Amino acid sequence: MKLKFHAALAALLIGASGVLHAADVKLLNVSYDPTRELYEQYNVAFAKYWKEKTGDNVTIQQSHGGSGKQARSVIDGLGADVVTLALADDIDAIADKSKLIAPDWLARLPKNSSPYTSTIVFLVRKGNPKNIKDWDDLVRKGVSVVTPNPKTSGGARWNFIAAWEYAKRKYGGEAQAKDFVAKLYQNVPVLDSGARGSTTTFVERGVGDVLISWENEAFLAVKELGPDKFDIVAPPLSVLAEPSVAVVDKNVQRHKTEAVAKAYLEYLYSDVGQDIAGKNYYRPSEEKFAAKYASQFPKLELFTIDSAFGGWKNATQKFFVDGAIFDQIYLK
Amino acid sequence: MSTPMLTAARPAATARPQQEADWVRYALTGAALFVIALFLILPLLTVLVEGLRKGWDAYFSALVEPNTLSAIKLTLIVAAIAVPLNTVFGVAAAWTIARFEFTGKNILLTLIDLPFSVSPVIAGLVYVLIFGAQGWFGPWLMEHDVKILFAVPGLVLATVFVTFPFVARELIPLMQEQGRDEEEAALSLGASGWQMFFKVTLPNIKWALLYGVTLCNARAMGEFGAVSVVSGHIRGLTNTLPLHVEILYNEYNFAASFAVASLLALLAVTTLIFKSVLEWKQQQDRRVAIEESVQ
Repeated sequence: MKLKFHAALAALLIGASGVLHAADVKLLNVSYDPTRELYEQYNVAFAKYWKEKTGDNVTIQQSHGGSGKQARSVIDGLGADVVTLALADDIDAIADKSKLIAPDWLARLPKNSSPYTSTIVFLVRKGNPKNIKDWDDLVRKGVSVVTPNPKTSGGARWNFIAAWEYAKRKYGGEAQAKDFVAKLYQNVPVLDSGARGSTTTFVERGVGDVLISWENEAFLAVKELGPDKFDIVAPPLSVLAEPSVAVVDKNVQRHKTEAVAKAYLEYLYSDVGQDIAGKNYYRPSEEKFAAKYASQFPKLELFTIDSAFGGWKNATQKFFVDGAIFDQIYLK
Repeated sequence: MSTPMLTAARPAATARPQQEADWVRYALTGAALFVIALFLILPLLTVLVEGLRKGWDAYFSALVEPNTLSAIKLTLIVAAIAVPLNTVFGVAAAWTIARFEFTGKNILLTLIDLPFSVSPVIAGLVYVLIFGAQGWFGPWLMEHDVKILFAVPGLVLATVFVTFPFVARELIPLMQEQGRDEEEAALSLGASGWQMFFKVTLPNIKWALLYGVTLCNARAMGEFGAVSVVSGHIRGLTNTLPLHVEILYNEYNFAASFAVASLLALLAVTTLIFKSVLEWKQQQDRRVAIEESVQ
């Protein structure tokens, strides 16, 4: 800190910078599990941008965990300036339960407040020994499936939704879809609380034949742990996963960080932000960068949560609240 | 939990006429050693081996990484507050229970043991319910900008809770056994309360006290469950060492994660050695006391 301050002071004396004083600003970004590497890079880029623009030094602190669990912490008072969570519903939960975020948050940023999207794919062991190609293969006898707990993990909710919609379309009804996911979860030996936990269970501890995973998480696992160990399999149909971001209004008012928090999220849509997202295997939301990175992603049909379920509020009520469909099939 | 050394003075059991067959002895000893090697020594070695997988340079650079350093610092701060608090409390509680008769004594004894029987996660959640933004005092604390949860005070509170019984539990049996004769003698010879405490009580319990403090410290630095709930997991700010190990592991940074874990393993080994020395000292003192009383 001191060093930075001296550097800023020196810059001031030389007259290189036109600002009167360089303030030190702190920002807390509470995020979900697989975004660690993304924000590590993005934070450096944003700090540089903000320094050039305002002269202020911004330090961004990160907290990561299962999306639902992170939302709970913010509700309980974790002083996040911005939340960058796995799904809109977790941010809605913060808005509903704690009133820290204005209810209209989803419309405040472009593209449903999702600067990047992703989808759900399968990660299998090298050579795909169990020949897993599509959702149907996950309910076969003798196939062990790893996925996190949808009660605490956003990624797990996307997984559940994708499997449900697949079965509903293929087998023609809600009852059939329920049977399908019930069978699928019978093949799950362990439910971790977050996506990253499930990934380490699959890749490090060697549990399971297939990991249902965020696309970006699957790519990262292959990159970090060796392309000779895993293959990515994209099912023909999956869900367009839209992780959402929002400024936590009440907290930034208290911390007096409104401007920098807003700029932090807006910069995610800039060329720099979109490029970093693409490099980290997220699908950039802006067309220009979506096209640039299109070749690195598998082609598959993606449905949206809005078209299939009328948004997260409905989907959560139907599937994930206490006693809803997930509890019915899992506790059975 | 470790049992206090009350059996030391008992005479050695006389050899029975019929010994067990040799093979029984060897089989049992072998089985015990095997289990110890498998469940205790092997994991410790694994931690070291994994930590050094990328060489000594990587090992040390993992330890001096800024987030690791801040985790070490935070762990030391939390222990430096929690352990003295529980030491003072432990001595006071043990003294009260060993020296005085009062109604509710058994309830107090049971309550001191409570943290042993409650899952640490529950301990953490209790503080969330009390100090969380939706909890009893949360709104008031928010208004006055006092941070307890997801900050150092919350970590300290959770640690104090889980390490509460260690000191008291070590002292109570010892002080009950020693009785109050020496203290009464000191008082009747005109010593003040503090003089009695520092010249009579403290020397009598010093080894047991250090023993309790050592265990208390080891647990304070190693606690995971309770602090995990109240931490908020902010990098470089509210992550203690055990939490930092988990984070590094989750970031595919396996070598660094085991390097940091080896610090905790080192703490465990040091604690064990220290504990053995203290036990030995305690027994020696007792032997001297017995010899003196015989003469």
